[in-house]
Amino acid sequence: MDKTVLLIEDEPNIIEAISFILMRDGWRVATHSNGVDAVGAVATRRPDLVILDVMLPGRSGYDILRDLRAAEETAELPVLMLTARGQTRDREMAEQLGASRFMAKPFSNAEMLEAVNDLVRS
Amino acid sequence: MARAGLTGSRIRERRSVLGLRQAELARQAGISASYLNLIEHNRRRIGGKILRDIAGVLGVDPAQLSEGAGVALTATLREAAADRPDAGAEAEAAEEFAGRFPGWARLLAEQHGQIGRLEQSVEALTDRLAHDPHLAASLHEVLSTVTAIRSAATILVETRELEPEWRARFHRNIHEDSARLADGAQRLVDELDAGQAQSAAPVAPQDEVDAFLALSDGHVAAIEAGRDPETALEGASFGSSAARDMARRMLTRMAQDVAALPMDRLAAALRDQAGPVPDPSALAAGFGVPTGLVMRRLVSLPPDLRETLLPAPPGLVIADASGTLLFRREVTGFPVPRYGAACPLWPLFSAFSRPGVPIRQGLRMAGRGEGRFTAFAIAEADQPLRAGEEPVWRSHMLIWPDAEVADTAPRVGVSCRICPREFCRSRREPSIMARGA
Repeated sequence: MDKTVLLIEDEPNIIEAISFILMRDGWRVATHSNGVDAVGAVATRRPDLVILDVMLPGRSGYDILRDLRAAEETAELPVLMLTARGQTRDREMAEQLGASRFMAKPFSNAEMLEAVNDLVRS
Repeated sequence: MARAGLTGSRIRERRSVLGLRQAELARQAGISASYLNLIEHNRRRIGGKILRDIAGVLGVDPAQLSEGAGVALTATLREAAADRPDAGAEAEAAEEFAGRFPGWARLLAEQHGQIGRLEQSVEALTDRLAHDPHLAASLHEVLSTVTAIRSAATILVETRELEPEWRARFHRNIHEDSARLADGAQRLVDELDAGQAQSAAPVAPQDEVDAFLALSDGHVAAIEAGRDPETALEGASFGSSAARDMARRMLTRMAQDVAALPMDRLAAALRDQAGPVPDPSALAAGFGVPTGLVMRRLVSLPPDLRETLLPAPPGLVIADASGTLLFRREVTGFPVPRYGAACPLWPLFSAFSRPGVPIRQGLRMAGRGEGRFTAFAIAEADQPLRAGEEPVWRSHMLIWPDAEVADTAPRVGVSCRICPREFCRSRREPSIMARGA
């Protein structure tokens, strides 16, 4: 398959586990763990998919998503949003800003794999 | 609120409404004009036949004069009718109803107020995560840790031929995370316990005043219309006399503000205002009034003017020289701590170091939404000063949501316990958000 996913998340142990399962599934995994320069990281790495946590140090995932959608090169990039509060309001906000998919923590590894594979297929 | 002592004022009010001269009313009621004058100034008690005669001339029920249907009561009844249009209450007959059945009218008005307060608490309870930042932070911590554990555990169980190094690493991660989870769960339980203790505890007077203000969304129509604070308090119920006193003081201040800067002048100036967020210090300079006064007026605008004249409803925090928050009106994304102290990085506090100098400061709120705001702050003496008098300092901070604020703007928090800001020299206590602690 050989697709690249950029994981923007700040919990080291979540990064490790998700990276592991994605690599075993055949993905190239890049990680980034702060919000401030996340948009720049997407521009440099040019991934096929971004997994984006809402609560990041320095900058909210929503702001990052807004910037990604505003830029021409990343306007259509599949983005999977992760949040620890699966409230309707968060979900609505993510949809409004153009998230391709929304996933509330805690999720299972199988759900994660299914979501990312769906996103690059569609 | 029945105030038998004010019967005279009601007679005078009713007489002026009818356009009847004092001498004429006295003649028709069969008393001397000077005696009626004393009655109208509440300097003579009145009851029995004279009250009935006066009420007869004025065309109202005696009870309406002695117990006071009151403007505020009638207004509340109209409001209640407007809230439930389907019921078909005859809003135009509110005054007559209040006059003929004062007890029923008061009951209805009190229940209307109670319904408003209950609706608010229900809203707060339903969305407790949004109203309680401590709880939200603890829950976030627990959910993140659970996610890490679940993911690592699944890998250990489901991956065939997992290399020993990986196996050891995930075991260690689960071990670490389980300790974090235990701590986080304990904190969550503490937060929930604290929440119960809070709702069971008697409400602080300040909370009652806040709730009273929140009922009308910060805008007190009676004060705006030039009525006295006592009239505005009619129909409001407080659990303690301290709360009623505080509310009366606040309304008195509000009435002074209204007199110094009437709504139409403020509205006209706001219409001419350029720029994305109104600058209260510029408005204050134009009016020749204190900046804090303009800030207080901006948060007491009636909802329709707020909608048309302001870019967004602003927040306002007022502190005294001890840093205690005396007034809080929140704006979405910029919570103000209910209990305990706020973030010392707020311009609200730095304003105290240069009293009288207005500060404009772009801010980013650390954590959660990372929202952006433009804050205006100023520390001013509470009253005009005289030589030999120590000033009473108050700092005001007006907060506008402002997406235009630059990335370089300072990042501030709500209060240390829930602040994710790292390497903060102003930190007083560790954050419960483990990563930033």
